[in-house]
Amino acid sequence: MGVDGTAGNVLSIQEVGEAIVHLTVATETRPNPGQFYLLRAWQEAPLLGRPISVFDYSEGKVEFVFKIVGKGTEILAKLKVNDKLQLQGPFGNGFPEVEGKILLIGGGLGNAPLHATAKVLKAKGQEVDLRLGFAEKIYLEKEFNQAATNTQFVVGGLVTNGLNIRDYDAVLTCGPHPMMEAVVKMAHQAGIPSYVSIEKRMACGIGACLVCTCKTKSGNKKTCKDGPVFEGEEIFYEDEDKIS
Amino acid sequence: MKTKIKFLDLELKNPIIAASGTFGFGEEYAEHYDIEKLGGISYKGLTLDPRDGNDGIRVWETPAGMMNSVGLENPGVDAFARKIWPRIQDRNLISVVNLGGSTLETYLEGIRRLEHCDYDILELNISCPNVKAGGMAFGTEAKSAERITRAVRMTTQKRLMVKLSPNVGNIGEIAKACQAGGADAISLINTVQAMAIDTKSREIVFNNTYAGLSGPAIRPIALRMVHQTAKAVNIPIVGMGGISNADEVIQFLMAGASAVQIGTAFFTNPDQIFQIPTELEMWMEKEGVQSLEEIIGIV
Ligand SMILES: Cc1cc2nc3c(=O)[nH]c(=O)nc-3n(C[C@H](O)[C@H](O)[C@H](O)COP(=O)(O)OP(=O)(O)OC[C@H]3O[C@@H](n4cnc5c(N)ncnc54)[C@H](O)[C@@H]3O)c2cc1C
Ligand SMILES: Cc1cc2nc3c(=O)[nH]c(=O)nc-3n(C[C@H](O)[C@H](O)[C@H](O)COP(=O)(O)O)c2cc1C
Ligand code: FES
Repeated sequence: MGVDGTAGNVLSIQEVGEAIVHLTVATETRPNPGQFYLLRAWQEAPLLGRPISVFDYSEGKVEFVFKIVGKGTEILAKLKVNDKLQLQGPFGNGFPEVEGKILLIGGGLGNAPLHATAKVLKAKGQEVDLRLGFAEKIYLEKEFNQAATNTQFVVGGLVTNGLNIRDYDAVLTCGPHPMMEAVVKMAHQAGIPSYVSIEKRMACGIGACLVCTCKTKSGNKKTCKDGPVFEGEEIFYEDEDKIS
Repeated sequence: MKTKIKFLDLELKNPIIAASGTFGFGEEYAEHYDIEKLGGISYKGLTLDPRDGNDGIRVWETPAGMMNSVGLENPGVDAFARKIWPRIQDRNLISVVNLGGSTLETYLEGIRRLEHCDYDILELNISCPNVKAGGMAFGTEAKSAERITRAVRMTTQKRLMVKLSPNVGNIGEIAKACQAGGADAISLINTVQAMAIDTKSREIVFNNTYAGLSGPAIRPIALRMVHQTAKAVNIPIVGMGGISNADEVIQFLMAGASAVQIGTAFFTNPDQIFQIPTELEMWMEKEGVQSLEEIIGIV
């Protein structure tokens, strides 16, 4: 295996919600919150590895939480303890180390990377509020509760409802595009910085193939290498007129 | 180095070259791997002016391949010559500059602006299926392939390799035309024109409608075309299309390629690709092959 490619052992795997899987893998690599790995637990097919964000990590292991949506995640979900899988990574820039009182706001599987991020910021002594949106049922409630200073769960409704963003010094968000766009808009109006983590289909994961290019205010960027985290207004710049 | 081969007047430490568009300018992979284990790199396709590439979805998987519609996103020849080339020129690797264009004049002007960079091989890309104007059109007809090759030949002293498209009727005829136009070598194949429909949204996946298929799915086609080309020309051939291990490299050499390029397989298992030179050496020892040149075109 190369410098960044590790064959990991499955340490634990559980279904923690409807088609939501919590996977822990042994690895010597050490990620930052907001980074991702390309996961692969098959030989020939599917062709490409699957990008999955870091949910948590500690000495010698990395945890992922993913939803079963297609072929790749189906195979990953069937792994058993001690099975091997290929981890390439960690890749991407990860969330920045913002300071002050911080809001982390997520929706759907966008909640996963915010867990690690909240934990790290909290450990650094920051006040961290975690607001998470779930479509139907909350999963990993205990883990999310422990990760932040305050954790709020919103089931069904809009995670931005009743939010007073002016209480915060910075906001980090990951989830569906319309949700992130709304958050960026609110942060802009409140005059605080926002960061979004975006998803694009990927192939190489390290910045060489340009299939994951996203348009930003300052031109084309590679989601896998320059991102997946960008300043909110770099991505949702087209709405600049509407916002201001 | 047991695996070294002669290619034109160059010596490659092994016949493995990273394929254009899949390896950037090598800088990203160099952060994680010892890229000098490779014989060479064909850099991301350049065009005269910078290009933002195509909008919309750019990659779609198929059972044994992937389709891409990058649309030649690149910084343009001037930025390459000014900023990128000075950073990468000292590598112990054969450097291949892959150049695309829309009109003959944009190709020629691009080549002129790169003339002062002392790269090793110019790979003329007349086969990109993902750009609307020009590009592949030059490579689908013998007459135009010969015309552009000749015009380029008169513009540059560089070693000239023409990269062919598989989206043609008679590949041998086109390769022959390039040879007649003054090409020093031929590389093939570029991606196979393909299409996908998202049945959920009932829409065509790619904004450009068609996209380029690469990976294991196209390997048998590529091998056949390398074989046909080897029968048609007497200049060296670089074969590519779906190669991912030493056995497949050997197949391409046996079909008539002097070297190979590997693209999509870097996305699935880069570690394995960097292992290929060692595997080739093991195979040579086992088979009592002294030089890989012994097996080129033996079938
Ligand atoms: C940086 C990044 C981090 C991610 N983190 C998580 C996470 O923590 N948890 C989680 O559940 N999901 C995450 N995703 C989405 C996850 O990668 C896809 O759900 C997964 O690739 C689907 O694969 P599949 O084979 O099951 O689906 P299929 O639909 O069979 O996949 C077909 C192709 O589409 C791609 N694809 C499908 N959906 C997505 C998507 N949403 N984003 C990118 N590519 C996609 C696949 O990679 C594959 O190439 C992340 C995506 C990115 C880009
Ligand atoms: C994402 C991607 C981008 C590519 N860009 C270029 C390019 O800029 N110029 C070019 O000549 N070929 C380009 N190609 C084609 C490859 O160089 C190669 O010919 C093709 O992918 C077949 O080889 P493979 O199956 O090993 O990938 C690209 C291929 C892919 C997958
Ligand atoms: S996935 Fe290849 S550049 Fe991002």
